[in-house]
Amino acid sequence: MHYHFDWAVVTGGKYYEWLVSGVYVTVKLSLVSIALSFLLGLVIAVMRMSRFGPVRWFAHGYLEFFRNTPLLVQMFFWYFGSYKILPQSVNDWLVKGDFEFAAAVIALTIYTSAFIAEDIRSGVRSIPKEQMEAARSSGFSYIRSMRYIILPQAVRLTIPPLINQFLNLMKNSSLAMTIGVAELMYQARQVESYTFKGFEAFSAATLVYLAMSFVITGLMTLYDRMVLQPIKGR
Amino acid sequence: MIGGLDFTVVWKDLPYFFLGRYPKGPLGGVGLTLYLAVVSLFLSFIGGLILGLLSVSRNRLIKWGSSAVIQTIRGMPLLMVIFWMFFLLPSLLGGGMPASWTVITALTLFTSSYMSEIVRAGILGIPKGQTEAAISTGLSHRQAMLHIILPQALRNMIPSFVNQFVSMIKDTSLAFIVGVSELTQVATQMNNRTMLYPTEIFLFIAVIYFILCFAFTELSRWLERRLAYQKAI
Repeated sequence: MHYHFDWAVVTGGKYYEWLVSGVYVTVKLSLVSIALSFLLGLVIAVMRMSRFGPVRWFAHGYLEFFRNTPLLVQMFFWYFGSYKILPQSVNDWLVKGDFEFAAAVIALTIYTSAFIAEDIRSGVRSIPKEQMEAARSSGFSYIRSMRYIILPQAVRLTIPPLINQFLNLMKNSSLAMTIGVAELMYQARQVESYTFKGFEAFSAATLVYLAMSFVITGLMTLYDRMVLQPIKGR
Repeated sequence: MIGGLDFTVVWKDLPYFFLGRYPKGPLGGVGLTLYLAVVSLFLSFIGGLILGLLSVSRNRLIKWGSSAVIQTIRGMPLLMVIFWMFFLLPSLLGGGMPASWTVITALTLFTSSYMSEIVRAGILGIPKGQTEAAISTGLSHRQAMLHIILPQALRNMIPSFVNQFVSMIKDTSLAFIVGVSELTQVATQMNNRTMLYPTEIFLFIAVIYFILCFAFTELSRWLERRLAYQKAI
């Protein structure tokens, strides 16, 4: 292989700045999407446990549809095709801002929320039924039993899968490059096509992704050690 | 017309969505999606088994080495793995590799590392007494693994493998990025050609993917219930 390595391309100067701006966009995209996914996932999870049939069925359909469709296709749908199903006012508002970023956030949020909703539901279901019965018979209302007895325990158990979803989301955010969001993957490719130094550009981006994965996995280990183990040990 | 959407663009070229230019030309569309998924899954099964066995090795060097490989691949986005393969394979093999095999290699590498975790968990999930019993009846460690532990572990892993197949079908959509004409690529081509019907086209392929994936999701749930039932008796 006659390849002339030139690491200077990615350690300083214009191309370095491109990569850094890519990291910034990846982080921003991931953080905004995980926050929204959590909120939407919570709503869907509650709907999925509703005692009213149609609401439960809707949530179930939502979960199955968005979990079983590729994220890339969903991204294309929101980016290219959403204008026909959204009201004109929403379209106007979206186009005024950063539409690529908005479409990526919508796609990532909807996709991830479907996974998060299932995690939350299984967290709630893992709390023994007797806890609810005991709470109710000692005079708590349904809402208060949920608020003070069930959810505090369920949330603790749901946090590790949530961190895992955040890890997936961070990696999935690389798909946003296909609709022109200038995140890390997009910038690495830009650097490659401008300099022909693909090896260096991809290595740098890979290292950044690995570092971010490492940090998120570390958070999970830390949570397990600091919060879950002490509870289990008791 | 469904809710203001006009699906004639899809009905008109339905065979193209399902088979690409086959039988007059190369296979594409849903056919190629399934081909990529099946071949990659088969290879990932082998890769996952090897990596999984290495990661429970008693030799620390092998154990840590394989874990490092697994964790590195798991820490990357699939898109990154595809770019690496697209970029490295031609220079390693001297070019001439079709793009579909680049994608199969990337999908195999990526999914093998996920499968290896399933294999590892499956092996560690078999009670230790089984290995001890096997060894005390005179089997070597290798024989015990091959004839006693793995057959039981693999059976428990079947539902997880089917789930991986679902992820694999979804992941093949990324082959679009290197120009392999699977379903997503066919859809973008159609969209570029017709310009006016993106909503209809992407909704249509979303439904196709959903039908494929949902069928296998249900299969995996059914297998899980059946396994639980068989264990109970």
